[in-house]
Amino acid sequence: MNDQKKIDRARRNLLLATSVVGGAASVGAAAPFVASMWPSERARAAGAPVDVDLSRVGPGELAVIEWRGKPVWVLRRTREMLDSLKAAQPRLTDPLSKASEQPPYATNEYRSLKPEIMVMEGVCTHLGCSPQMKSVEAKAEMGADWPGGFYCPCHGSKFDYAGRVFRGAPAPTNLRVPPYEFVAQAGLTIGEDKETKGA
Amino acid sequence: MAARLWNWIDARMPSLKVEWRKHAAEYYAPKNFNFWYFFGSLALLVLVIQIVSGIFLTMNYKPDASLAFGSVDYIMRDVPGGWIIRYIHSTGASAFFIVVYLHMFRAMLYGSHKAPRELVWIFGMLIYLTLMGEAFFGYLLPWGQMSYWGAQVIVNLFGTVPFIGPDLALWIRGDYVVSDATLNRFFALHVIAFPLVLLGLVVVHLLALHDVGSNNPDGLDIKKHHDASGRPLDGIPFHPYYTVKDLMGAVAFLGIFCFVMFFIPELGGYFLEYNNFIPADPLKTPQHIAPVWYFTPYYSVLRAVPPLWHSQFPGVLAMGAAVLLFFFLPWLDRCPVRSIRYRGPYYKSALAVFVVAFLVLGYLGTESTTVWGQFGFDAFFLDTKDRATWLARLCTLAYFLFFILMPWYTALDQVKPVPERVTH
Repeated sequence: MNDQKKIDRARRNLLLATSVVGGAASVGAAAPFVASMWPSERARAAGAPVDVDLSRVGPGELAVIEWRGKPVWVLRRTREMLDSLKAAQPRLTDPLSKASEQPPYATNEYRSLKPEIMVMEGVCTHLGCSPQMKSVEAKAEMGADWPGGFYCPCHGSKFDYAGRVFRGAPAPTNLRVPPYEFVAQAGLTIGEDKETKGA
Repeated sequence: MAARLWNWIDARMPSLKVEWRKHAAEYYAPKNFNFWYFFGSLALLVLVIQIVSGIFLTMNYKPDASLAFGSVDYIMRDVPGGWIIRYIHSTGASAFFIVVYLHMFRAMLYGSHKAPRELVWIFGMLIYLTLMGEAFFGYLLPWGQMSYWGAQVIVNLFGTVPFIGPDLALWIRGDYVVSDATLNRFFALHVIAFPLVLLGLVVVHLLALHDVGSNNPDGLDIKKHHDASGRPLDGIPFHPYYTVKDLMGAVAFLGIFCFVMFFIPELGGYFLEYNNFIPADPLKTPQHIAPVWYFTPYYSVLRAVPPLWHSQFPGVLAMGAAVLLFFFLPWLDRCPVRSIRYRGPYYKSALAVFVVAFLVLGYLGTESTTVWGQFGFDAFFLDTKDRATWLARLCTLAYFLFFILMPWYTALDQVKPVPERVTH
């Protein structure tokens, strides 16, 4: 037996080095497990762009398109809907969409490429529920000053016809606008624009 | 014959006898346990009920987004005895939280979190956290509308974390939305990972408890007075005294449990929400989303905090803090005595206010957003539509002040003299 009082430095260092290497290996071994929880190649492929035929969306009609499993709204706004946006302006949290997410070409008062076509992710920026369209006629339910727009049933957030959130709602920012572009005459591609193509 | 078999085992594995004595036959528990002391053993009973019923549910359940809802229907309609097994499991989930909340309240009544039982309390809180995760993962499995949208809301809570949030939510879901990938991993976590963690934590919770000994309604240290052989005078062996008492508690508990299970398994939408009888639809949010009742106090805290700096994160932080503050209870509580019997008016009123705030927050959390902000009695100064919001904010404030001011009001409280021996 060794003399217990004296520490064998060489052995102690070897022990320490082994522990450090072993520890690093254990951390490294976690990598494939962590990586396996990211979206699979199949899930990524399912996130590909979607084409929409705009001729099927009449004035004032809302089409719900599934893109990356999320509902994307395509609304052909009427004159009245576009006018209601101005009326709503003073009651909005972020009327100029400065703190909201949208592609640069949708950073305008209509939050769209063409004023009459609204393309919007139908996912509340509060906690991800899907709001419902409530027309200006729904005053009884939505209050006398309701100009028309969208209402989230989960926590009561209200949005105008450009997806801009009204003050006093739990949603912090306006609804997100996905990347999109117009193709040919009546076509729309959601999930892709000139920038994402270039990238 | 039996004696010879026992001797044969004892010669090969003496630790069996040693551990039995240490944790049951010679574990001296205070002799003045009352009603509140049923809930620890009941929690253990519910854990066993959940594990057993869960094993049998997995025999027919399919963790696949296209099959899950149908397989639960199949269990309910076609599997012999399937409906009863599922109702055992769904009633057990709510029963687990009822029992755990009462168990925690017992600790706050009699100061069971105080020194030297801080570790017992911390392991208990870890059990509570794990249980919340377990319940959340399990709730997605039936793949109903409420499963789906509830998971969507909760995963998005992680999405509000600054910088890493969106990626974190993506990583948790394994897809851009709650999907089959999410269901599959939640199933794995619900049936393997979290139950294992839960069992491990229960073991350390009990080991930590048995090292320091149980507290009691008087909050006294029973080891101070012992007989010549070192046995506490105010203690009795856990077995057979408390095994028999707890058995009686279990019978009463199972009576109530069976009544709920057989006659009102949905409990008016509180144990099983009506919207969950509709299959999950990613494109259509139900009119009214509320978590199951045991999460609603925290959900109300989340809703009570308005978004700040264009971010929902402060509300999420407040909700997290509401749960995590419990961990600090042993150090926030500066009162020299443990039991509420000998504490002064400050702690008693603070605890009463806390319980009321917790219950009101819980009630408000179950209410839909259309009632939320509109319900009302007339004679208030506030506008009708803001009343519930302000009530939730008031209760949230009371909830946090209970913890934040605790070091002061417990230190200043006028305590009564504590007797030397337990009273009963």
